[in-house]
Amino acid sequence: MSTNKPAFMQWLDQRLPVTNAYEKHMSKYYAPVNLNFWYVFGLLATLVFANQILTGIWLTMSFVPSAEDAFGSVEYIMRDVQMGWLIRYMHSTGASFFFIVVYLHMFRGIMYGSYKKPRELIWVFGMFIYLVLMAEGFMGYVLPWGQMSYWGAQVIISLFGAIPVIGDGLTEWIRGDFLISGITLNRFFALHVIALPLVLALLVVLHILALHEVGSNNPDGIDIKKHKDEQGKPLDGIPFHPYYTLGKLPMIILFLFVFCGVIFFFPEMGGYFLEHANFEPANPLKTPEHIAPTWYYGAFYSILRAVPDKLMGVIAMGAAIAILFILPWLDKSPVLSWRYKGWMSKTAIIVFALAFIMLTYLGGQPVNDLNTWLARIGAIIYFGFFLLMPIYTRMETTKPVPERVSAK
Amino acid sequence: MTQDGVNKGRRRFLYIATGAMGAVGAVGVATPFVRSWYPSEKAKAIGAPVTVDISSLEPGEMRIVEWRGKPVFVVRRTEETISTLRSEELMERLVDPRSQVESQQPEYAQNLVRSRSPELLVVEGVCTHLGCSPQFIPSVEPQSFDENWLGGFFCPCHGSRFDMAGRVFSGVPAPTNLVVPPHMIEGSMLTIGEDTV
Repeated sequence: MSTNKPAFMQWLDQRLPVTNAYEKHMSKYYAPVNLNFWYVFGLLATLVFANQILTGIWLTMSFVPSAEDAFGSVEYIMRDVQMGWLIRYMHSTGASFFFIVVYLHMFRGIMYGSYKKPRELIWVFGMFIYLVLMAEGFMGYVLPWGQMSYWGAQVIISLFGAIPVIGDGLTEWIRGDFLISGITLNRFFALHVIALPLVLALLVVLHILALHEVGSNNPDGIDIKKHKDEQGKPLDGIPFHPYYTLGKLPMIILFLFVFCGVIFFFPEMGGYFLEHANFEPANPLKTPEHIAPTWYYGAFYSILRAVPDKLMGVIAMGAAIAILFILPWLDKSPVLSWRYKGWMSKTAIIVFALAFIMLTYLGGQPVNDLNTWLARIGAIIYFGFFLLMPIYTRMETTKPVPERVSAK
Repeated sequence: MTQDGVNKGRRRFLYIATGAMGAVGAVGVATPFVRSWYPSEKAKAIGAPVTVDISSLEPGEMRIVEWRGKPVFVVRRTEETISTLRSEELMERLVDPRSQVESQQPEYAQNLVRSRSPELLVVEGVCTHLGCSPQFIPSVEPQSFDENWLGGFFCPCHGSRFDMAGRVFSGVPAPTNLVVPPHMIEGSMLTIGEDTV
């Protein structure tokens, strides 16, 4: 380490590896020069996470987690707490944007093969983050104790009831009651504001540590560590800071423009971000006419509904999430990025993305014959993409991958 | 450190024994945390029976009674409805027309109309699929979800259908008939949650 550091930094570094960590993760963490705009979503997810933590802490200051007062306290936040409406809309819009950026982040990984060796663990940690995020979003949605909160919770928890033998006991254990009640609300509050955010933060640390151990992938899927200069610095790499921190500032500002636009002008997003049925207090005796999960669970909900059998439907839905975890071992292609894969992989990725969007849309639509059949087709494509992957990635001819990245 | 003279077998035994004791301890510590999630004594105490006067219930009408926080549907069925329930035409479209799944009703409701007295239906308004509360659609006319609708219950969540006795149609996600709660009728008084005095 350099010796011309200020005395204070020297004192600090002898006791805590500050400079060391800063260099390892920021100024001497070399990211490929050819990262395109798809690489901003990880950064944006971190930003939204910070927003959720901050606004979430402020919301707990006025929210009352009880069946009698929860709905009223949310109204209190919206009307009486100074700028409470803004804090809440930042939180509710943040939830949807969290999923938007995470979905784009995952799609980036699929396009460029970022899950492939040696980055399998990064993908697996990422999938755990996604799983916890879904639980976090679900429990957060229950808290305002509106009609959709109540009946959404009823449906989701009943999913566990499909498990043979232990199902009924398990749902009772999760609810803490014979039906969804204030007891359920209270424990979901505890999980939503303490347990899951802690788990999420830990997983994010693991995700980033694993990433910084092997280094970022890039749109060409080329290993930049193969060509280094005399100092051992990758020739196709540039320091993460400031190039991908300050360098991404315009993208962040653009994102914040869109984010604020939604917060201020479309906080309900036509019933997709905040469902209209949830503006009515929970009524255990009456299910709303049209019940749908929030948009970000739509795809899995469609798969559940596509199967005309309770247990099989739940299994299909669970499998749809579980199969994402083993993606790194399904892809047998010798190349990482779809730029060098054959037409079969490219088509599969695009058809898969379209099917996922269709399933997400159908999850919010009412049940009828056409929608059910579309959901079945979507579900087959969804599973086909993964299950046939070992076959089509082996069969197709790939293009040769260049030695150095094609930087613009 | 020298490894000479180490009794490897004894060392392995001690590792396993220590690990096993640790595991027992972990289970012990987990117990209060797991147990505290079960329904509390207070939650259990709320499940008391409810009694309602049903003398004003008209034929073809439904009333929703709250029992244990669940909606219980009480329907006074018409003569036509009862004869429809007994028809072969309807029964062959059902999964369990004779209520052979025992968990779904008390013994006295294990008949074709699933009730103590033929005209009075008492079922929990909780879909056996994922717990939504079905809608009561008594009119015999084609519906968007069923061309040949003979009256019954339709769950808006996932499209499960039940007839006027709470029996589930085949080809829908709900696996079993709606649950008939324990109940008894004394004159015009209906008690839900209790079937013997």
